[in-house]
Amino acid sequence: MSTIAPQFRLSRFIGSLFDLIFWVILIFSLVGLPIVFIVLFYIKLPVINGQLMTPYLAMTWMADPSRTLPIVKSFMHTTIFRVMAFPGFGFAALLAAATIFVERKFLAKMQLRVGPLYCGKIEGILQLMGDGFKLMSKEIIIPAKADKPIFWLGPLLFVGTAGAFVALIPVAPGWVVANPSVGLLAVFAVIGFFPIIAVLTAWAANSKWTFIGGLRALHQMVAFEIPLILSLLGVVILSGSLNLSQIVQSQEHFWWIAFLPIGAIVFFITILAELERIPFDLPEAESEIVAGWLTEFSGMMYGLIQLGTYLKLYAFAGLFTVLFLGGWNGPMVWPPFPQDIITQGITIGPVTAHFPGLPLFDQEMLNGTLWFVIKTVGVILLILLPRGVFPRVRIDMILHTGWYKLIGLAFINIFIALGLLYAGVLGPGGLLH
Amino acid sequence: MTTQLPPGMHIETVDEKIMTLNVGPQHPGSGHMRLIIKVDGDYIVSCDPDPGYVHRGEEKMAEYRNYIQNIPHLERPVIHDSSNILYPYCLGVEELLGIEVPERAKYIRVIAAELNRCIYILYWLAIYGIFLGHSTMFMWPAGDRELFIDLLEAMSGARVTHAYLVPGGVRNDLPSNFEERCLRQVEYFEKRLREYEAIFYQNPLLKARTEGSGILSRTDAIRLGTTGSVLRASGVDFDVRKKEPYDVYENLDFQTIVMKEGDSYARSRIPYLEMFESCRIIKDALKKMPKSGSVRTKLKPNPKGGNDEVYRRVESGRGAIGYYIVSNNRPEPYRVKISVGSFRNLICMPYLLKGEKLGNMPAVYWGLNYWPVEADR
Repeated sequence: MSTIAPQFRLSRFIGSLFDLIFWVILIFSLVGLPIVFIVLFYIKLPVINGQLMTPYLAMTWMADPSRTLPIVKSFMHTTIFRVMAFPGFGFAALLAAATIFVERKFLAKMQLRVGPLYCGKIEGILQLMGDGFKLMSKEIIIPAKADKPIFWLGPLLFVGTAGAFVALIPVAPGWVVANPSVGLLAVFAVIGFFPIIAVLTAWAANSKWTFIGGLRALHQMVAFEIPLILSLLGVVILSGSLNLSQIVQSQEHFWWIAFLPIGAIVFFITILAELERIPFDLPEAESEIVAGWLTEFSGMMYGLIQLGTYLKLYAFAGLFTVLFLGGWNGPMVWPPFPQDIITQGITIGPVTAHFPGLPLFDQEMLNGTLWFVIKTVGVILLILLPRGVFPRVRIDMILHTGWYKLIGLAFINIFIALGLLYAGVLGPGGLLH
Repeated sequence: MTTQLPPGMHIETVDEKIMTLNVGPQHPGSGHMRLIIKVDGDYIVSCDPDPGYVHRGEEKMAEYRNYIQNIPHLERPVIHDSSNILYPYCLGVEELLGIEVPERAKYIRVIAAELNRCIYILYWLAIYGIFLGHSTMFMWPAGDRELFIDLLEAMSGARVTHAYLVPGGVRNDLPSNFEERCLRQVEYFEKRLREYEAIFYQNPLLKARTEGSGILSRTDAIRLGTTGSVLRASGVDFDVRKKEPYDVYENLDFQTIVMKEGDSYARSRIPYLEMFESCRIIKDALKKMPKSGSVRTKLKPNPKGGNDEVYRRVESGRGAIGYYIVSNNRPEPYRVKISVGSFRNLICMPYLLKGEKLGNMPAVYWGLNYWPVEADR
């Protein structure tokens, strides 16, 4: 361990927190309160239920959980909450940020380093935030001969496509942003969009390195898309559905990885290639082609690409969980919400409070989310592991693997699935169903 | 209309399908040099190395300093291998000035040279790892290098540029309890080296990528004048330490590592296996070294060489380093010519890269054991 690392002391940490609270209160009472009163002097206050809605009354309402909880609960069933927060972007971004931190510490331990250490005092937990601020403060440089509109569009399209991918992953029963009846086809469509973005941005940047990197990305992704699709057909045959939620429900008793291990392995390898992770990170091979199709990106444009990459990583890991590891299925370990709080309310001394909005989440959803997160994080760690162990492969090796070996294995997997189906073991009306 | 070109220049005609890449000098995979590579799709049509970005005129500088003052700047071309690049200079100056070196100093020199060889090879191996995208192989050798850096710091007082070898012996004696410390660290290092084998050299992806790429045949290796690990990887049993032993190498027990394949894998493996031999040499030298005695012969102030010339060479981490020193009755040498292994290995790069895939370029390039700063001198 480094000798110049600051020793973490809880007392100092708490002391700094108290300092912070003191300054917040001081500044708010000296600056904030006068501003609030100046504003209140000018605006016209509304009248609700015959009562003038003064700020004091509004604060009392906000502090009353029996009034706010139903609002929060109804907000949680809106589409905007699903897109922004829970099964959608916010949840995925949080998991992706945690993934980046875990990856860096994990790889550092593997390589006898310490990894991020300073930022955020506790083992560099805020390093990612620091990196984000750094990227935001950097100048965005656009090459003089670049095709500017497409060059600007590239990172946005990348994040958007990754977000669309995230939207299709069901996290808990009923908790999914988009639930089309042919969800798996939608996933294939979204995956097929990534090489187009890579080639577009590579061509728009007008540089030799991005050009070679873009072509490599195109070759690699196209070569691995076919085994990817074929490896998932086994799951479709056995579960009899293209809807991702129904595929999860069909795995209530058995995970498909138990019957289709070859398909799972093929899918896992294609995930590595689609994510451009080591050993398949040829489109970004820095010793050959600088940074491949990302060479000319700087500042927050690069940051957006990174964000998209990690969203994509989460989405692929989630897809693996949904298709092969049984998604949200798992033993019920989450404790039930105490019923007497709902029926009798909470009694504190002489006061008894009733909260009509409780519980905010039902037990099945929390349990499902827990199992989904555990399985997904496990898959993510498996995806990260090769980075510390393998060198990069060559483009001819990767094409040989994709077009020749993986497609063959994927067909074997399909035959296994068909055999299980026609032997009457699995599928609708099968022995084990 | 054709314009008149200056004599000696011509317009190059290239195929439309062929793309010219400037790999370097600002490229993560180039070092301080430039490779002008023409590619047809993924295949390299031709490669033209363009060194010289870090030429510092070490040879000319040596003509203005006396024999002792020359030491610190002559080690600058390869600061990771500073003992080995000073070794032939010291041997040559000792021969010119007629200095006898104490027996203990000879052993200490050998130990310093072998420790430094390990430092260089570990650094080289780290970059080889990251060139192939293997980040663990970058971190491990870069961390284990500290073992030897600490030892050499204890010997000489400096972490990197030691200036430890001087004409007449070494600068100062070993610190107390050096022997057991050195033995302990070398034994620990041998254990670590076996882990490298498991994670890197037996890695199926590394083997698939480097085996059979950039093959240099035995006759070509001799014809192109390569040296060091490149020569030995092509099946030529040549090591200056064995063929022209200097100081006490003839008393020590070690082998020359030779492989017959001549491909990138063999070129990457030879330096690794040589680290085991270096450890053997260090342990043997620690055992056979006289436990006390002088380590440096005193020189006259500002010694003058006769009207004479001398050529001495040693085996460094990158092959044979030779010094040709001419003196003409003055305190400064009349001419110092350094022949380094890096530059001689660079010559075979266009031969090796022609017809290779672009993805093999880093493995072939760094497998040549080329150190741009040393080649430019």
